Amino acid sequence: MSSVDRAGRIYRISGPLIVAEGLTGVMMYEVVKVGEEGLIGEVIAIRGDRAYIQVYEETSGLTVGEKVLATGRPLSAELGPGLIGSIYDGLQRPERDIGIKTGSIFIKRGVSVPSLNREVKWNYERIRDVKLGDKVFPGDVIGLVKETPLVVHKIMIPPGVSGYIKWIAEDGDYTVEHSVAIVASGDREYEVKMYQLWPIRKPRPYAEKLSPVEPLITGIRVIDYLFPIAKGGKAAIPGGFGTGKTVALQEITKWSHSDIAIYVGCGERGNEMSDALTSFMKLMDPRRGRPMMERSVFIANTSNMPVAARETSVFLGITIGEYFRDMGYDVVMVADSTSRWAEAMREISGRMEEMPGEEGFPAYLSSRLAEFYERAGRVRTLGRPERYGSLTVFGAVSPPGGDFSEPVVRSTVRYVQCFYALDYGLATRRHFPAINWLLSYSLYIDFVKDYWNKLSNWSEYRDVALKILQREAELSDIVRLVGPEALPEEDKLVLEISRMIREDFLQQSALNPVDAYSPPEKDAMIMEAIMEFYRLSRRALTKGVTVARIRELKSRSEIAQMKYHTFEQLKAGVYNKVIESIRSDFKELIGD
Amino acid sequence: MLHETLYVKSTKQIFGVRGSLLFVRAIGGIKYGELVEVVVDGSSILGQVIDVSRDVAVVQVFGSTTGITPGVSVVKFYGETIKIPVSLDMLGRIFDGLSRPIDGGPQVIPEDYLDIHGSALNPALRVPPSEPIETGISVIDGLLTLVRGQKLPIFSGSGLPHNRIAMQVVRQAAVRGSEEKFVVVFGAIGVTYEEAAYFLRELRSMGALDRTVAFIAPASASTVEKLALPRTALTTAEFLAWNYDMHVLTILTDMTNYAESLKEISAAREEVPGRRGYPGYMYTDLATIYERAGRVATKKGSMTIMPILTMPDDDITHPIPDLTGYITEGQIVLSRDMWRKGIYPPVDVFLSLSRLMKEGIGKDKTREDHRELFSQLISAYAEAQYLRELSAIVGTESLSLRDKRYLEFADLFERKFINQGEYERRTFEQTLDLGWEMLSLLPEEELKQISPQTLKKYHPKYRLELVGRR
Repeated sequence: MSSVDRAGRIYRISGPLIVAEGLTGVMMYEVVKVGEEGLIGEVIAIRGDRAYIQVYEETSGLTVGEKVLATGRPLSAELGPGLIGSIYDGLQRPERDIGIKTGSIFIKRGVSVPSLNREVKWNYERIRDVKLGDKVFPGDVIGLVKETPLVVHKIMIPPGVSGYIKWIAEDGDYTVEHSVAIVASGDREYEVKMYQLWPIRKPRPYAEKLSPVEPLITGIRVIDYLFPIAKGGKAAIPGGFGTGKTVALQEITKWSHSDIAIYVGCGERGNEMSDALTSFMKLMDPRRGRPMMERSVFIANTSNMPVAARETSVFLGITIGEYFRDMGYDVVMVADSTSRWAEAMREISGRMEEMPGEEGFPAYLSSRLAEFYERAGRVRTLGRPERYGSLTVFGAVSPPGGDFSEPVVRSTVRYVQCFYALDYGLATRRHFPAINWLLSYSLYIDFVKDYWNKLSNWSEYRDVALKILQREAELSDIVRLVGPEALPEEDKLVLEISRMIREDFLQQSALNPVDAYSPPEKDAMIMEAIMEFYRLSRRALTKGVTVARIRELKSRSEIAQMKYHTFEQLKAGVYNKVIESIRSDFKELIGD
Repeated sequence: MLHETLYVKSTKQIFGVRGSLLFVRAIGGIKYGELVEVVVDGSSILGQVIDVSRDVAVVQVFGSTTGITPGVSVVKFYGETIKIPVSLDMLGRIFDGLSRPIDGGPQVIPEDYLDIHGSALNPALRVPPSEPIETGISVIDGLLTLVRGQKLPIFSGSGLPHNRIAMQVVRQAAVRGSEEKFVVVFGAIGVTYEEAAYFLRELRSMGALDRTVAFIAPASASTVEKLALPRTALTTAEFLAWNYDMHVLTILTDMTNYAESLKEISAAREEVPGRRGYPGYMYTDLATIYERAGRVATKKGSMTIMPILTMPDDDITHPIPDLTGYITEGQIVLSRDMWRKGIYPPVDVFLSLSRLMKEGIGKDKTREDHRELFSQLISAYAEAQYLRELSAIVGTESLSLRDKRYLEFADLFERKFINQGEYERRTFEQTLDLGWEMLSLLPEEELKQISPQTLKKYHPKYRLELVGRR
């Protein structure tokens, strides 16, 4: 890369968009350094001699004629030990290190800090099976680093590299820049380091994409039981402000059964980000008893940080996700919120004077969203030993005015398999998580039914529960007109059971330490109890018992209390007691 | 005034004027965002470079373009972005949107010049807000507690008393702990002559002026001054918070006027409009204002922002309140119905929310019973609201005694707890005690959200007994 002939000059500056002249041979999405301060930008269009550059930092003070340097490479992520526990901005600059380096509470522009710490030494352990002279291929694991007590970082041969092992490092403490192997192919040699670079806009390769088979348990009952998501799935969570979107996403990141969690805060609140960070440091992973931070990566590009970096933060997040997927891990990535990213696209597109699509969004909005969501999935990874990894993506959407017919929601639903509609009405009634059961859906039902049916009569119960909720919605109009007492007994029972499903099962408190995370076994028990109650109620109705009397049964409150018991408590006797009291209640009622 | 500097470049090559935009044939070395002075008939108008290429510079003028003549008017380039002088001496003073004194006092001797656009706080250094601010207004302190570092807007409507609430907060707000320094920065954007006069009168008459800095850009001020005002106010606030360890509460009214100005400028620039004619980047633009609120680990001070906006047509889904709600941590919504009932401040408790409240209340912060009292008041008021609707259909006669107690509770809750004198200041203790007084109207078994211990300690019935025994 010779910078002499690869330097151009600024021709025009318009907010985050600058136009440069004289950058010969510049390529699309090449990273450029703009001005004396070397602000980072990316080429997003080339028209004749002029390159249109999206600058990821504040541009005020730049002058026409300042130099623009091409770096010869696309925007890439550094992938290696040190990712876990980091807080990055959209350009993968570690924000804590920026704070230390600048000594300022503000993010200053033009700061250059390596993404992965160059001083920290990691304990590297080589894989004994890999020997000198062995032929290696992309994805082959050659060594291990225990990055945190929860994560074993696998050092892999990078994509595109194969050949014979000419040299291999012994066990020891190395920095990320240290070479751990030399791979020779013909007369070319490649030094494998502890870290690798990967362009964030390009999906990382895998051997084979597989269909989803296993549910990703999130610990949230309405998702796991009614609208399950599979490992490697894609979900959208749209919701207006105040519907609990961020809380829902944080809960998913905290409790989901994944090995790695990636939280991308893209154009959202700074205080919320810091709240998430603090709670991840304090909170213990319920399945492993270690702080959640030890398996999390944060990307924080708050709403007042440069807009252009919102897009990179989303792609950076998914690239890091794919990297851990390639190690054979189950990764969850959450992006809050994709609407802010779409707005950034709209702003840049406007400045490029492109033909606007709907509501000013560019016509390529939809394909850009597809590029992102399609990178999720469950795969057989490249390399040996054979391993399977998954990357599950949750994207929040913040539709203006809570209106789901706007362009971002409409484009997103085409690429996701799960749709969790957050409802303002439910939120004002303090029903949380405010996931509307009539509007939400999951297309993974068939893939996960085997898992769930092993625990209980899931297929049947889920069906019944949804039908009851649906029937309740139909009845609610009539009730509003004539009052609930005018309904036939069967319908009154439907209202009663649907209330139990809503209050005792679907409502879940993120603030209650026991209720916040609900394992599937517990979900199954609560639903079983409700269904038992329903079954016996229907029988009681045929014997002439009124719903008014059923409503007074004391086992009802025992069912309501079930969610405040841990699964262990339920299993140790609480569950059996509840079922027994339901049965004895009805026995008394019917009198047989 | 603004940063004094020796300008070196000037030109007369204006070739187009549209709205507040000047199109100037570019001369070398013009910086994006730099400050510009246009000399027209001996007087000067300020402006800023908003787009520059080798051929053309687009200058946005902070004032009227009346009298600007291509080839005659001189455009001078300062070579610096817009900066305002800041100083501790600004306390007690009143300024315009570009930080020029309008109270008849002398110029402030600056300690520093700061770019009004500021920089983003490093997310990794932020700490979650967790200490309350006492506004002295029961409905806010009790049910929608404002926390240091929070941004909590008031969504109002035209004709509702938001300005009076703003002034009451300016007069009364305080933080606990005598060693803490608390100041209010007040910014009025695009307010009418009457409103501006009201603010000036109130500010001058209140004893709190020495801990207040006020910025006022009347409706007649230039569009760009209105756009600059929130940033000027917040830059001053940041200076006080981060350099002098002060707890600063910034009140900005009326942000709807700000958004209108933003729309106006966007239209003048011929940008593609987003929803309802507002620019697509309005979310980001508002975020760069509101996100200046926060707390950081390494500083003692804090930045709290309370923006006030009027919802056009009382419509909460209008882009201005909608985008604001997406950025802020909750909202206080004023209701026309409550105002008609004669309740001040007319807050709709159900639509309002303070997202950071839960961290900022309780033992050592407000009082240990606050959390339980809060949930009980809300759920009792919600139950009463439901019964009100029901009684509208079936009549009060058919209600049970319990239900009637609830209706009585709601009436009193609105008239005594929410309703409050404009010059009445209630401490947290007074507010919470008042809440208990309201709850004591309800049968004790209805107070399900309150634990027996808390009930024994704070319920007026038991407290009276305690007093009696003494």
